[in-house]
Amino acid sequence: MNWLASVDPLYAHGVTGVVLLIVLIKVLVGFGVLMGSVILMIWFERKAISDMQSRIGPQRWGPFGLLQTLADGMKLMFKEDLVPAEADRFVFKLAPYLVLVPALITFAIVPLGGTIHVAGHPIMLQVANPPMGILLMLVMSGISVYGVMLAGWSSGSKYPLLSSVRASAQMISYEAALGMTIVTIVLATGSLSTHDIVAAQGHGIWHWNLIRLGVVPFVVFLIAITAELNRPPFDVVEAESELVGGFHTEYSSIRFAIFFLAEYMNTITMSAIIVTLFLGGPAGWVPNISHLRWVFPILWFLAKTVGFAFCYIWFRASLPRLRYDQLMDLGWKRLIPLSLGWMLIVAGFLVARGWGFLMAALVLIAWTVLTRAFEIGQGRESGVESVLPMVGERPLPERKLRDASEGEES
Amino acid sequence: MIATAYSVPSIVIFVTAALLILVGAIGVISLRHPVHAALSLIMTLFGVAVAFVAQSADFLAAVQIIVYAGAIVVLFLFVIMFLGVDRREGISVEPLVGQRAFAALGVLVTVAGLIALMARSHWVSGVMSVSSAGQPISTGQGNVKELGTAVFTTYLFAFEATAALLIIAVVGAVLLARRERTTQPEEVSS
Repeated sequence: MNWLASVDPLYAHGVTGVVLLIVLIKVLVGFGVLMGSVILMIWFERKAISDMQSRIGPQRWGPFGLLQTLADGMKLMFKEDLVPAEADRFVFKLAPYLVLVPALITFAIVPLGGTIHVAGHPIMLQVANPPMGILLMLVMSGISVYGVMLAGWSSGSKYPLLSSVRASAQMISYEAALGMTIVTIVLATGSLSTHDIVAAQGHGIWHWNLIRLGVVPFVVFLIAITAELNRPPFDVVEAESELVGGFHTEYSSIRFAIFFLAEYMNTITMSAIIVTLFLGGPAGWVPNISHLRWVFPILWFLAKTVGFAFCYIWFRASLPRLRYDQLMDLGWKRLIPLSLGWMLIVAGFLVARGWGFLMAALVLIAWTVLTRAFEIGQGRESGVESVLPMVGERPLPERKLRDASEGEES
Repeated sequence: MIATAYSVPSIVIFVTAALLILVGAIGVISLRHPVHAALSLIMTLFGVAVAFVAQSADFLAAVQIIVYAGAIVVLFLFVIMFLGVDRREGISVEPLVGQRAFAALGVLVTVAGLIALMARSHWVSGVMSVSSAGQPISTGQGNVKELGTAVFTTYLFAFEATAALLIIAVVGAVLLARRERTTQPEEVSS
């Protein structure tokens, strides 16, 4: 039990009743904060999108339409709960929880502030600080893939099935780039725990991973996490114009509400994770006011997180959706090599400056070779005749379609 | 002797993990539907992860879920969904003649071997962890360091050989699946 204290100073004197009570309160507060912020996030997204589209948005319920989400939730709860006749009933009912539970658990590792002392107990302002740290986020995003996949498959309907096939390929592809950037951060920090990652960035803006690791990992992470969230412009999983509603087409009532809830929970959690990993989490300027010093880290954390939440809304309003093959190209041909190369360069510089430059040169050579390989591969036709239909019968390759359509226009 | 070495919480954790592993494993072979079997496999993998955490191998537990549950079983499901293998297959027909007799023999030999090993070797020692004093070698974050050192020094050859094997398998699969077409029919290019 002694190693528990190294994870969280709360356990230094063993696990007593008071400690258990504190942990329970932390869990409940964390849950409440997440639920409350989901309601605000949905309202914020609808209002911001409305502003960007010159509409008014929700305004009827509560001041500025703040209670609109509650009203929608109530409405959804009283809707009829449908299970399609073709559905796999057990998996159909299980899937929403496979999306919701990971969304809740991931939030537990986010440090919301520093450490406060209440009645002699040091309390970290994060629900849990497990030794596996940031890996928990990867674990949970790995599980939430199942929620989306199984929801689509178990509906027994063709559009959700297409959506779940897309979801599984997309989320696995982008998890690789995501993992690689996290490895870069873990290498630089020397620790997996989110508390240590935040503590290592606490000495000013030049120590933030955003700047310390070069901006590349941050950009890769932001793109990969947007794809992982299935948010626009990477929302081919629930592309309304192609797949009706995507994996949750057949869901209604409270189960649909759970998917909706989990999506926004994930948006908030991932904004918080980006802030934790790259922007120092609660780090920031703290004025010297006694008894209120612990409030400012929380405010900094909130401000940064809201900034990223706004970014996601902004993406949705301004960027067109990627086509499925463009999405895969971006993931496999750009982000994974880029994040892998950058990780090697950072690792080289961590050992010694000379190794860093050597690594940079090697990565540059590999990059040139890879680009050339993509160029050669682009112009080739491939496939097995026995599986694919004959060339005249299947849709033309996009390159030829583009050539043909450009010819017509001119 | 053995019973006194365990505390109540560790027994509860062990029983939970063992139940998850066993129920999942039985589900994989007994459930008729491929998707349900894959779900049972995930349950088994979770049980193994719980067992790893109980042994203070947090890093291995995380990797277990990320790699096996998060990627490999997803690919199984992807193939099941994509190729539409979700129809029930008749298991009364033997694809290979005499397969069942050999399978029964194999199970018998494996179980007998396991029991013999457990009875005659140091496998059942009553200690909580694999290290000597019953204490884990390293806890929490130390896992990564211990594992990295072991993989890149003592077991370097096995590690690199596995990596090479995986690369060969991937390249081979791509080569087999993507055959370059040399001649192109004329009507498309016009």
